[in-house]
Amino acid sequence: MSTSVVVDHEAMQEPLPRAVAVQSPSSLVPLLIEDVTVAYHRRPVLWNIDYQAPSGKLIAIVGPNGSGKTTLIKATLDLVPRAAGQVLIFGEPYRQQRHRVGYVPQRTSVDWDFPVSALDVVAMGMYRKIGWLRPVSRKYREAAKQALDRVGMVDFAGRQINQLSGGQQQRVFLARALAQNADLYFMDEPFAGVDASTERAIVDILRALRESGKTVIVVHHDLQTVHEYFDEVVLLNMRMIAAGPTADVFTPDNLRKTYGGKLALLDQLSEKMAQPRSR
Amino acid sequence: MSAASLLAADSMWELFARAVSLRDYNTRVVLAGTTMLGVSGGLVGTFLILRKRALAADVVSHAALPGIALAFLLAERFAPGSGRSTGVLLLGAFVTGLLGMAMTLAIRSWTRIKDDAALAIVLGLFFGVGTALFTVVQKTKTGNAAGLRDFVFGKTASLVAADVWLIGGISVVVIVLCGGVFKELSLLCFDEEFAAARGYRTTMLDGLLTLMAVTVTLIGLQSVGLLLVVALLLIPPTAARFWTNDLKIMSGLAAVIGGVSCAGGVVLSAAFPRLAAGAVIVLTGSGLFLVSLVFGKERGLFPRWRSQRQFEQRIGRSDLLRACYELLEPILGADETTQESLTKFEIDELELSGMRQWPTGRFHGLVATAVREDLLVATSTGGYQLTLRGAEEARDAVRRHRLWEIYLLTQTDLDPRLVDRGADGIEHVLDPDQLAELERRLGSESPLGVPPSPHPIAGVSLN
Repeated sequence: MSTSVVVDHEAMQEPLPRAVAVQSPSSLVPLLIEDVTVAYHRRPVLWNIDYQAPSGKLIAIVGPNGSGKTTLIKATLDLVPRAAGQVLIFGEPYRQQRHRVGYVPQRTSVDWDFPVSALDVVAMGMYRKIGWLRPVSRKYREAAKQALDRVGMVDFAGRQINQLSGGQQQRVFLARALAQNADLYFMDEPFAGVDASTERAIVDILRALRESGKTVIVVHHDLQTVHEYFDEVVLLNMRMIAAGPTADVFTPDNLRKTYGGKLALLDQLSEKMAQPRSR
Repeated sequence: MSAASLLAADSMWELFARAVSLRDYNTRVVLAGTTMLGVSGGLVGTFLILRKRALAADVVSHAALPGIALAFLLAERFAPGSGRSTGVLLLGAFVTGLLGMAMTLAIRSWTRIKDDAALAIVLGLFFGVGTALFTVVQKTKTGNAAGLRDFVFGKTASLVAADVWLIGGISVVVIVLCGGVFKELSLLCFDEEFAAARGYRTTMLDGLLTLMAVTVTLIGLQSVGLLLVVALLLIPPTAARFWTNDLKIMSGLAAVIGGVSCAGGVVLSAAFPRLAAGAVIVLTGSGLFLVSLVFGKERGLFPRWRSQRQFEQRIGRSDLLRACYELLEPILGADETTQESLTKFEIDELELSGMRQWPTGRFHGLVATAVREDLLVATSTGGYQLTLRGAEEARDAVRRHRLWEIYLLTQTDLDPRLVDRGADGIEHVLDPDQLAELERRLGSESPLGVPPSPHPIAGVSLN
């Protein structure tokens, strides 16, 4: 999969090339977004988004504040209504594929002063599987512990969540999604406000997920680390600016299109990128 | 004591004994039913608080008032004499209570009015209409009978067994329901969005929670009264939160506190019939709340104050001992600061107090505590000497401080001038594992285990 789509909005009046969509059976495509438009109070926040995620890759969604990154994820997960377009997860609507999708919301979206332990939060990822009217049995508590172990937090299983650091809370959120054992993961800014060791731990987990064939889509803010962490990039600013393999798409030119006026940062960055990269 | 008052006291005691020993069938039924009501209130209230919808219960109870009055007027109009039946009045309360709730939600989602304002508007509107209707009720022939007033102020004594069976039965249903969807409700309250992403219909769950809150509010009207019923839902979980950080324990404790306040209220108001039951129930609950507020293990004021104080004392003590050590260090020579040699020298009080910017009172307090705890002994010449224990602790404190300082200097970009102050804050919370880790990383440079200070010591250079 090395197709990259670069959209030039000034010149573009005709529909996007859809050729990519027919290359593989749709049930193998983790995420297919077709012509999605989202509006809040009649003000559009996402316009005509088309995207096909390749399988088994780490994918970053990058764009300035208010560019609709979080909204794109929420529209995919049916959390905000779509004004138009459709989303297919492994070839089917989300509501039929929920069990195959793990979701890590922004850490700041919940009140961490809630009277539960780290283990309780992780178990929440399995409530659907456990079913109504049943308590969390020992089997599921063990599974939750394993998920905590994968993020290096097993020693904190019984700790109340308000006594965890920001990075630890983020790991607990990650563990909750891991406990679901999904095939496709959406993570909303998992690196925001975490310490260096948590960042390393999360990157390790992402790579381990990729090793086992999972697809991970991450809203990412730190442009400096995109090259290092991600195989694919989606550049978003209310419209799809470009999408494809990082090496092809994450260029100063495309970034300039995405970020518009904020040039100082971009110039710095392009200087950095002009230097030969060592791998 | 006159014969009359003796008689009064006697009959009061009699009443009290009857109430407490549950000799009457009616008292027993009322006690059981109302206790169940308290338990369900505590449980539902736990989720209401965690969902941050505490005021919603207040709206429902106030919105019930016009319903009660309307139901009475309509019933009297079409079937005179039926106006005071509990079922009819509760039905009216239910209809307007739900209407009030729906109106709040509508205002919130269709206008830009904020949550609290929407609640206040609806509450005021419905209570106003209710009060107006009540003056109409008072003018009807049968209306000034006490039955309706009981809904406002609550009166368990007026409850008859049939009412209570209804109240108790509904409470048990609510309790069972709450237990059944416990984990789903907790997920809704903690992370609504994740719940939605996992496929839960969050509006349905929210509706269920609201319905349970409305139900408890309405069946609580008769015993507690509509002005105070909200306390039945909110006081127990708030009190319980002071004791625990675990939702299961919190909800269980809230149920117990709710049950106990209701039971206590029923018994007390049976013994003293002039006390309004609602008030007694709420006051019992408030008493338990106050106790929790002060003594609650996790968040109570007293435990928090105590641990804060202990922490400050620990810091003061190690600062003082460190000052002693650093005062003696240049006299002894850095390589001679063994535990024994530290105890051999006298420490001048003035010099010691100059080692750090202690307020005078604080300094004398610290020294007095250290003497009492056998870390320092006063000498006959007005100075102090470290005891063996004091010397050991002093060496520990200095070692901790310096290891941390060296770590900050060598491994971080902190401005060296800030290091002493930076070290002061953190060193006190380092645990033995972290100390060992620091030591391992830095490699202990001194044969005595106390590394030399990486910077000149302020107090000494002043002398």
